[in-house]
Amino acid sequence: MTEEKEYVPPVIKAEELDPKFKYKMSKEHGAEKVMVCFQCGTCTADCPIARFSEFYRPRRIARMVQLGLKDRLLLDGALWLCSSCFTCVDHCPQGVEIAGIVRVLRNMTVEDKNLLPLVYKELATNLMKTGFVYEIPDSRLQKRVEQGLPPLPKPNMKDVLKIFEVTGSARLLEKVQTIAKVESK
Amino acid sequence: MTKPKYLLFTGCVIPYRLSSYEISARKVLAKLDVELVEMPEYNCCGYPMDVVNHDLMLTLAARNLCVAEKMGLPILTLCNGCFCSLNETNKILKEDKKQREKINGYLKEVDMEFKGTTEVKHLIYVLSEDVGFEKIKNTVTKPLSNIRVAQHSGCHVLRPKKYVARDDPENPTTLKNLIKLTGAECLDYMDETECCGNPIIGVNEDVPFNMAKEKLEHVRAVGAQALITVCPFCHIMFDLNQPRIERAFNEKFNLPVLHYPQLLGLAMGFTPEELALNELRVKPTELLNLMKRGE
Repeated sequence: MTEEKEYVPPVIKAEELDPKFKYKMSKEHGAEKVMVCFQCGTCTADCPIARFSEFYRPRRIARMVQLGLKDRLLLDGALWLCSSCFTCVDHCPQGVEIAGIVRVLRNMTVEDKNLLPLVYKELATNLMKTGFVYEIPDSRLQKRVEQGLPPLPKPNMKDVLKIFEVTGSARLLEKVQTIAKVESK
Repeated sequence: MTKPKYLLFTGCVIPYRLSSYEISARKVLAKLDVELVEMPEYNCCGYPMDVVNHDLMLTLAARNLCVAEKMGLPILTLCNGCFCSLNETNKILKEDKKQREKINGYLKEVDMEFKGTTEVKHLIYVLSEDVGFEKIKNTVTKPLSNIRVAQHSGCHVLRPKKYVARDDPENPTTLKNLIKLTGAECLDYMDETECCGNPIIGVNEDVPFNMAKEKLEHVRAVGAQALITVCPFCHIMFDLNQPRIERAFNEKFNLPVLHYPQLLGLAMGFTPEELALNELRVKPTELLNLMKRGE
């Protein structure tokens, strides 16, 4: 016997809204102008990702920020689909930097929800180990010599690790849970 | 005239898997009397860490800028991503006092201070603005007059407009003009300025594969014999991933993707081996045969 599930309409409950969220966002570098978005949809129309994803919609992200749907935004994997091509930034008639808003939201997801796609955690781990986001194997370095290229400089690891520490990034990365992949459809 | 002189910033991905770009760039720049100084103690440009923490990106980038300031030289990048973070950080910290004070607070911990005395240039702007078209034209000894190519500049040498402020992002001409200097024809195609999709390939493969496949279709539709890029990430998307895209969509493109300095190098008379063309995933055999026939 199948149990019938009660139909829950996709409504937004008033208690989900954080009316102060948009002011908080407006103070963040890159998201300053989120309140002047008038929902024309140019960003979504011109977004290459939106064309191939069924739910990545930059306009919706801006509106959700204005409404204060913080938790929905931060827990929505769609946030990680932006490729930072900056087409939306250049095309917005109101000068809203959507890609900047997405970046602020991603930073908030790491900080408040301790979530980060696995690939970035791996890149960060490599960076803290070698100074580069990829661990360049010795065979590669040897090949450089054979190809007549000068040796790669040794990054100053003391400085790199200090920068991770003083910006609070080392602490953030230590406690993040990783997301393997993000769906687009 | 004094020789233009830069610190070469290779970034991470070029030494990791695309030496062909660095090899060919060094060859053509030497031929054009551009002096490259090896940049000491640099680290990742910061770009991939912007998703984690904006201050981390700015400080990693600013540390590299401080190294350049100490050396008293501008930075030349080959990678669009490195250009994006280094150039953007340089402009933000030069113009925004609040950001500069904050980042300088972090930099103090590593005994550095951003002063705002350096410049960041991508290869295509070094060639078009500092070397100049005339000088490049004079080094072309074997014009590639019987080949037709298309270009993909990539997003971050063009956008965001307010930080790059050079070529027109809606109708970019810098790379096209640089290609024309080699004697090759540069064809227009649909949606030229569309992103390659590579930046999100680590979280989702479906969208970038669709984007790259569409671009390859548009390039093929106009009859281009090769695609020319100036960014390692775009190059990986169209060259290294081309066989995977072909398999995923049951298509056959067989479209060679060359780094711009490889194309220019061929026109300067360097051999394909000297320009590391053998390192390309999609072998440019037919293209090289065509070139030979044109001689």
